[in-house]
Amino acid sequence: MSSQEIPEENLPAEQSEQTAGHDEHGHGALSPKDEHPFADPGLPPHEHRIQDVDERAAKRSERSVALMFTVSMLATIAFIAAFVAIPVDRSVYIFPLGHISALNFALGMTLGIALFCIGAGAVHWARTLMSDVEIADERHPIEAEPEVREKVFADFKQGAKESALGRRKLIRNTMFGALTLVPLSGVVLLRDLGPLPEEKLRHTLWSRGKLLVNMNTNEPLRPSDVAVGSLTFAKPEGLEEHDHEFQNEIAKAALMIVRIQPENIKDKRELEWSHEGIVAYSKICTHVGCPISLYEQQTHHVLCPCHQSTFDLSDGARVIFGPAGHALPQLRIGVNDEGYLEALGDFEEPVGPAFWERG
Amino acid sequence: MKKLSARRRHPLAAVVVLLLALLFSGGLYAVFAPTSKAEADETAQSLTIEEGKKLYSVGCASCHGTGGQGTSDGPSLVGVGAAAVDFQVGTGRMPAATSQGPQVPKKKNIYSQAEIDQLAAYIASLGAGPAIPTEEQYGPQGADIAKGGELFRTNCAQCHNFTGKGGALTHGKYAPDLEGVSPKHIYEAMETGPQNMPSFPDTTLSEENKKDIIAYLDAVNSSKSESPGGLELGGLGPVSEGLFGWIFGLGGLIAVAVWVAARTAKAKKS
Repeated sequence: MSSQEIPEENLPAEQSEQTAGHDEHGHGALSPKDEHPFADPGLPPHEHRIQDVDERAAKRSERSVALMFTVSMLATIAFIAAFVAIPVDRSVYIFPLGHISALNFALGMTLGIALFCIGAGAVHWARTLMSDVEIADERHPIEAEPEVREKVFADFKQGAKESALGRRKLIRNTMFGALTLVPLSGVVLLRDLGPLPEEKLRHTLWSRGKLLVNMNTNEPLRPSDVAVGSLTFAKPEGLEEHDHEFQNEIAKAALMIVRIQPENIKDKRELEWSHEGIVAYSKICTHVGCPISLYEQQTHHVLCPCHQSTFDLSDGARVIFGPAGHALPQLRIGVNDEGYLEALGDFEEPVGPAFWERG
Repeated sequence: MKKLSARRRHPLAAVVVLLLALLFSGGLYAVFAPTSKAEADETAQSLTIEEGKKLYSVGCASCHGTGGQGTSDGPSLVGVGAAAVDFQVGTGRMPAATSQGPQVPKKKNIYSQAEIDQLAAYIASLGAGPAIPTEEQYGPQGADIAKGGELFRTNCAQCHNFTGKGGALTHGKYAPDLEGVSPKHIYEAMETGPQNMPSFPDTTLSEENKKDIIAYLDAVNSSKSESPGGLELGGLGPVSEGLFGWIFGLGGLIAVAVWVAARTAKAKKS
């Protein structure tokens, strides 16, 4: 029985079984083949490739594989040559890419060709010359032979008996104790993930009397500097970029200052905490803490680039869209005797994303 | 006189007359131009404003009101300054189409620079505002590109992307790509804050700072900017690069893997 005939005969056999059943009213004339309507059709007969039957084609394949390996060798040599010869700062124009570094381009190109040709050669070799005869590999039961199982159980019982684990209880109990305690050292090491933040998340560098310093000019801001519709970023006085703690502190203290016509400010507390319409808000999104400053001066909306949380700066920085959980904290500001903008305290609530104990 | 008229048909007569005429008109200009300049300045200025007002009533008044006081269709232009006019009209954003979407887009400018200057002079006469910057203010001389990059990342990159490629805002608004925008218009945009862009007045972002930013943009986002890493994929950062890697890189690898394991060409059965 050729395996190729089976798929064609399978379906008709099934149909004829049904029709036969109807016509003959259960005379039970089923052929042996019909007992297995879904019999394994087996593999189709093997077909030879042109390289298997034509030695000239095989030679051609061999030459192309060798050619690819040779190109790879040349490309590697070109890679070394390019590394030696091309100066690191030379730039070339290559059409779809634009002005790019000549060295980077040459290195990437030659190494790419070298690796690609090895792979392509190997694939071509496997597809045209290596044996492609289909092989069926039978599965075996996972369970071991009964003799092997018996041997293992006997060995285990004998070992348990010889070690006297059941009899010498002192050893057994102390061993269990030791094994129980040893993972504790790993648990204790987790303490090094700390120290706990304690109050750090609740306070920033802002405090009463600290001047608002313009991030661009490093000069304290005056109310007249901040025009309606403008956007300014400020840091607390005394925090310099070369300070060791700068990144940690600015991550909490970063401030976004805008000026809104007082009659356009809808939130009463916001107006109270502003100075002539100048409002100062935390620049840290309350969702996951991205710096947020995509300010639209006509709508007074601020958009977070990470997850599109949108806050309305004219209405207490209320969340009007997106996943943020609460409004941006506002910093209460005023003007000192010398006419500079100053903070009138720290933020009233923790800045940035929520945490378990935030309350 | 008789001598002159006798030689009026001389071959060189025409040349002499032409030379005399040139001398005469040149002399007239030399006599009048410098002296008249000072006193004509004011009248020329008011003339420019007059011209500007005419252009204004044709092209702008329907939305911004006959006196620039604004209507429900357009904001008041009192105090926006000449820089705002030069930016809005020079980039073709104004006059805007009547049915505008979320944002007025950049389009072809329909006014000549002279007409824009007249319009700007008229609007500036309505109320004091930022003037049109000079070449000296936005030119590349003496600018610090590194400092410009720092300032750009602090003040601008949140909307315009790290190299000024632009990005999306809310409700269909967007920050435009800054490639090909002239230094003057970039300067004016920072100073005046067109549409939803906040302004960055000289009090918080100094003239030098603006110059640095313009020089930085010229270095990273212009036809001559370099991309040492090769394909920049729109300069949109790791998201676009990652997406490209996942779709084209991994997709390509899967396609190759399928091809490698596919049936090879068989010899024809005889």
